[in-house]
Amino acid sequence: MSEISPAEWTAILLSLRVAVIATLVATPFGIALAWLLARRDFWGKSVLDALVHLPLVLPPVVTGYLLLLTFGRRGLVGGFLADTLGIVFSFRWTGAALACGVMSFPLLVRPMRLSIEAIDRRLEQAAETLGAAPFKVFFTVTLPLALPGVLAGMVLGFAKAIGEFGATITFVSNIPGETQTISSAIYSLIQTPDGDAAAGRLVIVSIVLALGALIAAEWFARRATARLHGN
Amino acid sequence: MLRVDVEKQLGEFSLAASFTSEGRVTGLFGASGAGKSSLVNMIAGLLRPDRGTIVIDGDVLDDSAAGLHVPTWRRRIGYVFQDARLFPHLNVAQNLDYGRRMNRLADDAAQRRRIVDLLDIGALQDRRPGKLSGGERQRVALGRALLSRPRLLLLDEPLGALDEGRKLEILPYLVRLRDEANVPMVYVSHDVAELRQLATQIVMLKQGRVVSFGGVKVLT
Repeated sequence: MSEISPAEWTAILLSLRVAVIATLVATPFGIALAWLLARRDFWGKSVLDALVHLPLVLPPVVTGYLLLLTFGRRGLVGGFLADTLGIVFSFRWTGAALACGVMSFPLLVRPMRLSIEAIDRRLEQAAETLGAAPFKVFFTVTLPLALPGVLAGMVLGFAKAIGEFGATITFVSNIPGETQTISSAIYSLIQTPDGDAAAGRLVIVSIVLALGALIAAEWFARRATARLHGN
Repeated sequence: MLRVDVEKQLGEFSLAASFTSEGRVTGLFGASGAGKSSLVNMIAGLLRPDRGTIVIDGDVLDDSAAGLHVPTWRRRIGYVFQDARLFPHLNVAQNLDYGRRMNRLADDAAQRRRIVDLLDIGALQDRRPGKLSGGERQRVALGRALLSRPRLLLLDEPLGALDEGRKLEILPYLVRLRDEANVPMVYVSHDVAELRQLATQIVMLKQGRVVSFGGVKVLT
């Protein structure tokens, strides 16, 4: 197999950019939601929980189409964002990042939630008796103890975002250099005569990235356990 | 001076306790299930009484009639738990410094050295709680609570999780603390011998009620 071509590099770098931005933007929301689901009881909690998991079970093309309806130029939110903040999603790489962020959100939230649930709440009580206000308890005790889980969630979300295909191509199409990620590039290549070698190279890149992410997530999970036991 | 007059319904169990203490160490004595921990948790603010008042040195912390409940983190009441509850992600030095940081107190190296020496924990500073013995953990927890400069120190069976040998190792530190640390304490225990050594005053609890109150002699 020959070397990776400039066009393939473009797709790889775009995928990385889309996945990094999607993960970074989704993380604060993910932490907030994970904390809410782990620690608070409120009306509609199970509905919110189901809503978060919806992209996992919905056909990606449906999620993509819903994103198009909502965040497209003429969509309710998309039109508003374009007019007020100048943020455009449709047929841009930002739209790909949004689609990837939504699709990877359930995977990103889950390890965060589990690691917050695993924290001994009596440690937080101890922090309170030492004079820490609730938000300080969160930042000095809860978050540091949940950190390996937070990182594991980010890694998993990133891996999912880099491989996302259905929602992305539905929402922002498959434009080389703008919205053509690794997945959409592979999709195009296998429909082109003589595209097999290039597709093969991108397939290998996908496998390496996915495996690397899974190993990293596993490593963070083990760190989390060690941290909770104080070693 | 600590004045407690509270009622709390916890499932089937009802707690109604009233006492005033001015002693240096108030021993809260009773069998397990007598309501000692619930009472101490109410003083700490971790549990809110259904009815009643808690007042320290004229400062009202709970007053159900006025709808007042000062949150735990504003009470400045230290708490040493049976299970130490050191922060596993921080080393001993950072655990000790936590209360000072949270209360934004000025660093007082002399005070820190005094308490570290008093509890003999100087050699443990760089260690993580996971690498400490049960007795060491409890001494660090004592130091951590004291260094947040509380106006009252609650100790909930601090020797309860230790074996006989370890208990005898910690007890002298508690006696020194009582005589030198200058912080009034509420000491929870079901162990008569322990309270005889430490307490200056006894509140005896039975099934959620104060059945006896007075000097150490009420223990007989």
